[in-house]
Amino acid sequence: MSEHRHGPGEEHGHHHDNHLTDMEARVKALETVLTEKGLIDPAAIDAIVDTYETKVGPRNGARVVAKAWSDPDFADWLRRDATAAIASLGFTGRQGEHMRAVFNTSETHNLIVCTLCSCYPWAVLGLPPVWYKAPPYRSRAVIDPRGVLAEFGLNLPAEKKIRVWDSTAELRYLVVPERPAATDDLGEDALAKLVTRDSMIGTGLALSPEAFR
Amino acid sequence: MNLYDASLARSPLLASAELPKSREGDPVFAEPWQAAVFAMTVRLHEQGVFSWSEWTEALSTELYKPGRRPDGSDYYECWVAALSRLLTELSIVSSSELEALVKSWKRAAEATPHGKPIVLDSDPLR
Repeated sequence: MSEHRHGPGEEHGHHHDNHLTDMEARVKALETVLTEKGLIDPAAIDAIVDTYETKVGPRNGARVVAKAWSDPDFADWLRRDATAAIASLGFTGRQGEHMRAVFNTSETHNLIVCTLCSCYPWAVLGLPPVWYKAPPYRSRAVIDPRGVLAEFGLNLPAEKKIRVWDSTAELRYLVVPERPAATDDLGEDALAKLVTRDSMIGTGLALSPEAFR
Repeated sequence: MNLYDASLARSPLLASAELPKSREGDPVFAEPWQAAVFAMTVRLHEQGVFSWSEWTEALSTELYKPGRRPDGSDYYECWVAALSRLLTELSIVSSSELEALVKSWKRAAEATPHGKPIVLDSDPLR
């Protein structure tokens, strides 16, 4: 992957929780000016951005999950050192952030949250959806994860534990959903199609193969 | 499908030189700011703030500057520079105003604890 683009004098986010890169700050500045002049409406920009959310990264994350389902050695590696395991497939964050994979099991469901800043594993999940960046999602996901999941149409049994993981600038999470039933005969490519973006955030489950019949 | 897909689908900006695209012909972004600056440019062009030829000229000036990264990974940095240049040329914003805002956003981010939305008003010098 290419080197990051900061000048030698610039700090890189290890001493502060929040840090905007030069380009992030520059685009924010343009957005501020243009909004103040009435030339753009941030909601309209968000809506345009939202149309791309599935186009870039989620396929990368889906390949990571499909490989973990099919290859126990890779799953072990992913559990021990997600940064290296994911990088072995060619997906690395441009800012060199560390990744941790959290595995859903029959007892535990994992959910990741973050802030409005930049704590989202783009390299594997693509662009964050608008709801993920919205303050209500973050605050409510921490206080009432079960309620938030229900709003996404995901009603988990009461005995299932929910763990909420708060991403930081240095450590970002990827949920590995449970492998759906009746998928023993599927190869990695077919399995990857079952892995949605939301299932890797934890607001959804992997699709059942019947969804494609 | 939402309201903005249609306007995006026919935006001439999709024909911008070197624009990274997926196999389906959709623009591809590596980081959220790239999608944001692309979307802003589409909107501004749609509203007649600048013409297609003004845009292509500004963008190609940046794309053909020496010192670009050989792998083209700085494409959207050129895009940001082109849009900034165009907006200053059109007197929509001065470059000093823009630079001040860039610094202000950075200070606002540093002053914001993890878990809180970054807003410009958090800049301690503002």
